[in-house]
Amino acid sequence: MLIKKPSDIRPSEITSEHNYLNRREFMRAGAVVGGSLLGSSAFSAIVPEARGAKLANVEPGAFSTDETPNSYEDITTYNNYYEFGTGKADPFKNAQDFEPRPWSITVEGECEKTGIFDFEDFVKPFDLEERIYRMRCVEAWSMVIPWVGISLAEVVKYLQPTSKARYVAFETLNDASRMPGIRRRTLDWPYREGLTIEEATNPLSILAVGLYGEVLPNQNGAPIRLVVPWKYGFKGIKGIVRMRFTERRPKTSWNMSQPREYGFYANVNPEVDHPRWSQARERRIGSGIFASKQPTLMFNGYGEKVAHLYKGLDLRRNY
Amino acid sequence: MICLVPMILVVTDATELTGRLGANPVEEILDRFGNWALRFIMITLAVTPLRRLTGWNWLTRFRRMFGLFTFFYVLMHFLTWLILDQGVLLSAILEDLVERPFITIGFAALVLLTALAVTSTNGMRRRLGRRWQTLHNATYLIAILGVWHYWWQVKKDIAEPLIYAAILTVLLGTRVWWRWTRRRQRR
Repeated sequence: MLIKKPSDIRPSEITSEHNYLNRREFMRAGAVVGGSLLGSSAFSAIVPEARGAKLANVEPGAFSTDETPNSYEDITTYNNYYEFGTGKADPFKNAQDFEPRPWSITVEGECEKTGIFDFEDFVKPFDLEERIYRMRCVEAWSMVIPWVGISLAEVVKYLQPTSKARYVAFETLNDASRMPGIRRRTLDWPYREGLTIEEATNPLSILAVGLYGEVLPNQNGAPIRLVVPWKYGFKGIKGIVRMRFTERRPKTSWNMSQPREYGFYANVNPEVDHPRWSQARERRIGSGIFASKQPTLMFNGYGEKVAHLYKGLDLRRNY
Repeated sequence: MICLVPMILVVTDATELTGRLGANPVEEILDRFGNWALRFIMITLAVTPLRRLTGWNWLTRFRRMFGLFTFFYVLMHFLTWLILDQGVLLSAILEDLVERPFITIGFAALVLLTALAVTSTNGMRRRLGRRWQTLHNATYLIAILGVWHYWWQVKKDIAEPLIYAAILTVLLGTRVWWRWTRRRQRR
């Protein structure tokens, strides 16, 4: 039998408000002491400004694949980032002079901690983890990428969404003077993406700030981008400047552009073809000219972690 | 010989003698052959208008060669798709041919072009007589199918197919215009 009885000691009597509000710092201070005693060091994320600088205190994260990552060259010269041009090599060429600093991220909508955060302050509370994920593009090619990032679930928790928050919407910087691709209306700028709260708080979801242990290159979405490895690559919005918690499903760029071809969910699914090409197989970048395509896995092989999010949902209709 | 340079460059880039094919070499080879096929059919169709504008009759001598190079690059494009991209996996190839309209029309263009290449010899031309010209008018249709195939395949940025479509409109438009003016003069 369950007996419910109010605790006669209120939490505030045990933990002072000051300590409560500063609990992360308190824990971190403990971790610093403990860490230095144990010889390990994994604390708040400090992301240097310098291009290609090494990131310190990166912990190996969970869920990494043991597949061989693609070369740094492949990952940084073959990109879809229409703000820097529509060709695969355009982002590499056109993002060289881009300065991803100063950078601020606006948090708004259905959450307690709304406001404009400086990039450093935004990532500081969280631990940096290396996550080696498969990346499957909607164009039927794939890579294995060693990201460094922070857990999106932790970020969401930190921002304290209200009970009304059912979705998280993201937006990319929309600055034609710094992003030459924006001068053409290939998409309705700014680039927009979104996740359900359940997707955003899935342990697989990260906001990446690094690649191969270094600061994230511009063409890969510096300084901060989304990585959701069970979805097609276009969900991984780059150069994030805005996060909004909403009650209603946000509009997303490719869905706005071609709704018959790109859905809101965009989960990797070998059984649901793109109207113009098959999604059953994929070309693994770096496998060589004569390598054959490999079968695409449901949810890009991450079904164990995410399939429950879509129980009862018709994935053929909700592509 | 110059017409073979794009082909040679693919081979030397693949072996990294001259350049590189990038992270996705199969896609790069496919794109290059496809693009050169479109360029050559545009060049072939430009011969007649150019000759009429400039009076350079010697241009006509190269027309068949340009046409055959169009066929060559379309064939290389097709073989790259068949062997390197699809890995000669019959089920996937048939599915693509039937279910992907842009591949169906590309394939239709190849079939037509093969017929033109086979009948391009002097002997065949004599043997077919007047029907030869009728058959070879299919060039116009092939060019339209080719641009359409490209347009339909592009994900979003239609700038390049648009350029080909514009060139083709000019090339076919001049022919329509000449026909029309000739008919008016006769009246």
